[in-house]
Amino acid sequence: MNDLSPPTNTSGCRSAPILKQRGQREVFCGLTGIIWLHRKMQDAFFLVIGSRTCAHLLQSAAGVMIFAEPRFGTAILEETDLAGLADAQQELDKVVDELLARRPDIRQLFLVGSCPSEVIKLDLAKAAERMTQRHAPSVRVLNFSGSGIETTFTQGEDACLASMVPVLPETDARQLLLVGALPDVVEDQAINLLSQMGIDAKVLPAPRADSDLAVGPNTVFALIQPFLGDTHAALERRGARHLPAPFPFGEEGTTAWLAAIATEFGVDQATFDAVTAAPRARARKAIAQAAETLAGKSLFFFPDSQLEIPLARFLTRECGMTAFEIGAPFIHKAIVGPDLDLIAPGPTLSEGQDVDLQLDRARAQAPDLTVCGLGLANPLEAEGLATKWAIELVFTPVHFYEQAGDLAGLFSRPLRRKDILASDPTSFGPKYSGGSGGLAPQRQP
Amino acid sequence: MKLTVWTYEGPPHVGAMRVATGMTGLHYVLHAPQGDTYADLLFTMIERRNDRPPVTYTTFQARDLGSDTAHLFKTSLEEAYDRFKPEALIVGASCTAELIQDDPGGMSEMMGLPVPVIPLELPSYQRKENFGADETFFQITRALAKPCEKTERPSANLIGPTALGFRHRDDITEVTALLNDMGIDVNVVAPMTASPSDIARMGAAHFNVLMYPETAESAARWMERELGLPFTKTVPIGVGATREFVAEAAELAGVTPRFDDSRLRLPWYSASVDSTYLTGKRVFIFGDGTHVKAAARIARDEMGFEVVGLGCYNREMAREIRAVARDFDLTATITDDYLEVERVIEDLAPEMILGTQMERHIGKRLGIPCAVISAPVHVQDFPARYSPQMGIEGANVIFDTWVHPLVMGLEEHLLHMFRDDFEFHDAAGPSHHGGHAPVAGGDAVSSPQPEIAPQKTTEEDGNVIWLADAEKELKKIPFFVRGKARRNTETFAASKGVTEISVDTLYEAKAHYAR
Ligand code: SF4
Ligand code: SF4
Repeated sequence: MNDLSPPTNTSGCRSAPILKQRGQREVFCGLTGIIWLHRKMQDAFFLVIGSRTCAHLLQSAAGVMIFAEPRFGTAILEETDLAGLADAQQELDKVVDELLARRPDIRQLFLVGSCPSEVIKLDLAKAAERMTQRHAPSVRVLNFSGSGIETTFTQGEDACLASMVPVLPETDARQLLLVGALPDVVEDQAINLLSQMGIDAKVLPAPRADSDLAVGPNTVFALIQPFLGDTHAALERRGARHLPAPFPFGEEGTTAWLAAIATEFGVDQATFDAVTAAPRARARKAIAQAAETLAGKSLFFFPDSQLEIPLARFLTRECGMTAFEIGAPFIHKAIVGPDLDLIAPGPTLSEGQDVDLQLDRARAQAPDLTVCGLGLANPLEAEGLATKWAIELVFTPVHFYEQAGDLAGLFSRPLRRKDILASDPTSFGPKYSGGSGGLAPQRQP
Repeated sequence: MKLTVWTYEGPPHVGAMRVATGMTGLHYVLHAPQGDTYADLLFTMIERRNDRPPVTYTTFQARDLGSDTAHLFKTSLEEAYDRFKPEALIVGASCTAELIQDDPGGMSEMMGLPVPVIPLELPSYQRKENFGADETFFQITRALAKPCEKTERPSANLIGPTALGFRHRDDITEVTALLNDMGIDVNVVAPMTASPSDIARMGAAHFNVLMYPETAESAARWMERELGLPFTKTVPIGVGATREFVAEAAELAGVTPRFDDSRLRLPWYSASVDSTYLTGKRVFIFGDGTHVKAAARIARDEMGFEVVGLGCYNREMAREIRAVARDFDLTATITDDYLEVERVIEDLAPEMILGTQMERHIGKRLGIPCAVISAPVHVQDFPARYSPQMGIEGANVIFDTWVHPLVMGLEEHLLHMFRDDFEFHDAAGPSHHGGHAPVAGGDAVSSPQPEIAPQKTTEEDGNVIWLADAEKELKKIPFFVRGKARRNTETFAASKGVTEISVDTLYEAKAHYAR
């Protein structure tokens, strides 16, 4: 198996210096993760204790109002809660009682902390404990922080999964745990590949609270997402052991990720090849199509989801791109180290953000493709820089072999589109879209 | 503490952003955590702006709390000034920064920047987006507008349009044309299009056109008091209101009213025979106060609908909307609770909703057609084409927009006539919906979003049973009214204590509800 494991201590980026600047960060907070987590955990409700801003963020991130009564909501703090006129804990009990009465289908309730609840030091751990006792056994109540002062975007999922680890039952069984919330279709593909090698895998988060998920000293775990640092630590505290590997993006990443597991479980090379040969070939073929557009093109990552490093590895090694800068909100070397090892030295690695300075760098380098958040995408397009919005990478199935072509396609489409369109986006003068650019036939005195 | 799922309005600092983003030469320094930067995407994605909103967020983190959040604010303000060199700055706090009480206003005063710095106090835990916009525009006006010499020719300021406003872009063009037709110039359009120096010369106008009371009423009142600028009270949405507006503006400007209605088509379209089917359509109207007030009048007087219910989500307009409701012998629904609006709509079972994007979703679920008349906005509310609500073209656009979701008059009869034809099938839908699934779907509402899964249990789970014959008869009713027929029949059966619905029950119910 060793020929498939990534080389270590080679000429990769693991020990490259990291640029750290402190200024305005242009990123979502952890609450955003609720949008995909609530789809994954079908008997869970996510109750944010926050402000109108938090409710508005969730609504804006959801884009459309998907459900009349989705399994998330915000208990908006009011003047009375803040002035101490009402006991916030009692108020919260009231909200939760009403909620659970109206939604008898709920088995797990997550109390999600926000900036305001944390600034006023509302103790949600205490609330969760009290409510668990009150509503046991039908509902389990947990808490985590999705606040913008503690978490960045995908760290919300990390905090949520980490909150579930301490309450998992103990087991001594030798088992494999896959960690990360993926669309069902992708999760099934992973489980299928592993089971063809004779490996049984369980997934955290489980779709329902009453699953048989457990953890213990004979558990090994593989992360499916690179942003699960706290969950990683929580699992290690329960005695489980991490299998470090590049992340399963693209043909190479998926193969290396599977290989790390296969090695751990003593799968022989012939079996491994038999299981992976066909999907590897398919993935290579699919990537090759998109790579035609991507090869030789340059790339710049603004920090967003922590997927940046594994994706940079995929785009530089499998699609032939060159990275100018790889920005990530956080860099956990224990987790993304294997990916860093595979990235050829050269790109600037940056952690955190001063968005104005970073925009200056991006403009100066004029990359062919810029991966950034929704707030920056259209303004950069209007300056002539093709962009890929980062949020799509967490909303779309992009992991493992069968999605490798789609993943490459997400990056090649903006470039192809720019080629196809006859117009020059930089010709759309300032404020063209807002309508204040001289549409009104104003007569000045 | 109040459980909220979907909100009609964002927090007040988003209102301030709408003002700042509409303007030029102004920069907003907002003391806020990183997640609050989501608000940028409202402007860049929903409105498709090609500029970043002129907002700098301090993005303080937990580790800054108690140590140097104030310092962070000062640095951000300094750097924002150096980088963007605005003519003026506004500074304020979002909900979280309000709690840590750093006092951005006081700090910026001490810093002695060479341009006006206008502090905003927006109580995040009491007020909302519209208030935030109104208060911000008021504070900017109060700080910058000065008495000045009037323009020689009669002129007006158009006040109220903001970034992310419902059709504000095109309303500006339409109202400008109405005024120009009478020889009235536009002095300043604000906040959208204005720079701080434009705000300074607002006093040169002879009067203000208050386009949207939601976002500019406080400034209008202040200018009336301090600069002697009267303001218009009629919002020119709809034919009647536009005529009144023209008379009002002419009087304020001292010119002869002139209204060129050669391009106005709504009245004739409404009078033409194909519109007969609009008669007495039962509509429910909900949105912001200004648009609801206008829509109610258009619905009754210009389209011939029957208004069965109305309301607004912004409490600032509650009094006015209650008065409108009284005029219609109705009780207004004043609420920002989306679920309450849904309950009212369910009870009233209107044939059409004139609402916001929220009510469009309610309509989808209940199988009731809906036309959107008001914010909160959605990317669809920023069409590429010219699409105002105000003035002459606004009236034309409203006619088309409101009629579009309905099945056309003659077509309705033809669909009925051919319902037994082998080529006809329910899913065909009205021809002008271009092959999509029917909008007015009855019991099984399909929708383009794959994730739609109404979680409410429907009445089929109740105690009323449909007998096979009645069920068969029900199928003969055209699909676009079938859902309503089913509901009416079930309500009727329940009110009579009938538990089994037969063909007779169906027709008794039909007779009962006949108008
Ligand atoms: S950054 Fe804080 S206040 Fe803003 S939406 Fe996120 S949790 Fe709420
Ligand atoms: S049936 Fe054809 S001709 Fe008649 S009204 Fe409909 S579209 Fe027009």
